[in-house]
Amino acid sequence: MSRITECFNNLKSQGRKALIPYVTAGDPDPKITLPLMHALVESGADIIELGIPFSDPMADGPVIQLACERALLHGTRLVDVLDMVAEFRKTNQTTPVVLMGYLNPIEIMGYSAFADKAKAVGLDGVLTVDLPPEEAGEFNRLMKASDIDVIYLLAPTTEEARVQKICAAGSGYVYYVSVKGVTGSASLNVAEVAEKLKMIRKYTEMPVGVGFGIRDDASARAVSEVADGVIVGSVLVNKIAELTGNQEQIPEAVAAITASMRQAMDK
Amino acid sequence: MPTKEDLAIAKQMPDAGGHFGQFGGRYVSETLMAALQQLEQTYEKLWRDPQFQAEFDYDLAHYVGRPSPLYHAERLSRELGGAQIYLKREDLNHTGAHKVNNTIGQALLAKFTGKPRVSAETGAGQHGVATATVAARLGLECTVYMGEDDIRRQALNVYRMKLLGAEVVSVTSGTRTLKDAMNEAMRDWVTNVDNTFYIIGTAAGPHPYPKLVRDFQSIIGREARQQCLAQTGKLPDALVACVGGGSNAIGLFHPFIEDADVRMIGVEAGGYGIETGQHAAPLSSHCKPGVLHGNRTCLMSDEGGQVIGTHSVSAGLDYPGVGPEHSYLQEIGRAEYTAINDDEALHAFRHLTLTEGIMPALESSHAVAEAMKMAPTMDKDQIILVNLSGRGDKDIHTVAGIDGINF
Repeated sequence: MSRITECFNNLKSQGRKALIPYVTAGDPDPKITLPLMHALVESGADIIELGIPFSDPMADGPVIQLACERALLHGTRLVDVLDMVAEFRKTNQTTPVVLMGYLNPIEIMGYSAFADKAKAVGLDGVLTVDLPPEEAGEFNRLMKASDIDVIYLLAPTTEEARVQKICAAGSGYVYYVSVKGVTGSASLNVAEVAEKLKMIRKYTEMPVGVGFGIRDDASARAVSEVADGVIVGSVLVNKIAELTGNQEQIPEAVAAITASMRQAMDK
Repeated sequence: MPTKEDLAIAKQMPDAGGHFGQFGGRYVSETLMAALQQLEQTYEKLWRDPQFQAEFDYDLAHYVGRPSPLYHAERLSRELGGAQIYLKREDLNHTGAHKVNNTIGQALLAKFTGKPRVSAETGAGQHGVATATVAARLGLECTVYMGEDDIRRQALNVYRMKLLGAEVVSVTSGTRTLKDAMNEAMRDWVTNVDNTFYIIGTAAGPHPYPKLVRDFQSIIGREARQQCLAQTGKLPDALVACVGGGSNAIGLFHPFIEDADVRMIGVEAGGYGIETGQHAAPLSSHCKPGVLHGNRTCLMSDEGGQVIGTHSVSAGLDYPGVGPEHSYLQEIGRAEYTAINDDEALHAFRHLTLTEGIMPALESSHAVAEAMKMAPTMDKDQIILVNLSGRGDKDIHTVAGIDGINF
């Protein structure tokens, strides 16, 4: 059983939902990422989504665009991100780590080299925003062979027939994008999300995480009532941006946000 | 060399998934998939619809002013002492470039799908102007994304778009040029996918854009082929066109794909020179395939997969990727790609202006410069057909700046 599936199973038996924070690797400095990951786990994160910095993050709003720019200032490459996962695994063998990003860095590394390295460092899943299942045949095959879960996005615009197809292609969990827009853009409508999740669950047993538009304890709690996982990104990255001049404060300050969300979700 | 069968296959590309061999495809975030599938269905239906075709043809004739002439540049040819140079005068189209052929077509699609708003990215501003123009005519709301650096370089076109009623949004992220404008236009589309038709200006982007832009632009090659036969009794020996994303080039090339004796030469922006790394020439510098803006194509990216900043004196060629069909035509050996540096393009800009009284856009000047290099190596009875994709009025500001003149 994959670490991701095991994580969701444990949570389910405890009657709890997964808290899944996203941070961009190397933002604002590669030295911060590892302590930040550990701090997130201590604050109650169940799975960590680690962003691969990219020069052209087309699906992201200004907050994560700037995070990519800060990370790229230090030249954080995909190999460096994988090394961070290896470091993390030295002291944490239980928390799943998912890489999230765009295809080109993986394309340039080569699918096969990426799959080998991902397995070697103890990565659990990968989500490539701009690689829909139609183009992912070879990629999926190699990831499966390396026991890496391939996580796909579902959107408000995804039609029912396609939901079925995407769920069949993915593993680990599915990521429901709750708003039409880029990351960090609008607030979500929980009733609409609940309606959509009902439809998605007709086609999959996999846990469903919901992201985009979760910005505070109240929205985290509301989403946790309908979804299996709450994915939170821009609000954390915003805090990182605020503290770029005082980097040593970042792990504690960001973990304070997730700790508070954890509490709200567990009430 | 590709065989006759290879060329017949090439002519039928892309496949159902929008692939040109290993290139093309549809690499976008999930939110856009439904809109692209719908666009594909709408396009496939309407492109074969006689009413749509009639409306498209009518607009091209009476609004754009087609057919554009094929002009024998006799003085230039005589002076070079080799092949005869013919210019396909897309600069004479309404709005001053080939871009309008495509915006007319896509605006018609927008009209048939009932979307009240169009958006576009632009580099030199020609596509932005062409989009704002058709939006004004159809009464559609129009937003154009343009890099901050290009807004400075192309101030005249920015004001033209505003006069036409478009909102011009300055893009300050990344390298502040065409690639970043395209990122921002895609973000806009993800957000406003219900009411917005995204009019992509070049033969790139996710399927079906490379195909439909090519089909709309192929009027250039169909006319040129007939005109050349009518005027000279034979087909040209070589076609020459500049390539940024490559829409004017693919529009010229596509109707000639199966004419194996006609060489096809795409001219990329060499910037300060390929050897300096400061260029926008992914094909002639033999870049590996990568994925950007929804398609797989030869792409300027570093060893970590980050897209590299480009340089060209012409804003319209300043792009790190290229339309996927060009990557394919290079791979199968049907088309050749080369680069012309900034200074060579500027020389061609001045030279064509002085010898023929035709001021080419800096983008098109790259094609003119290549033809000027080729002609003396060819016989006098041979023909080079150059796509003069746009007029140079918009670039007077840039050229004057190089001359130290400030208006």
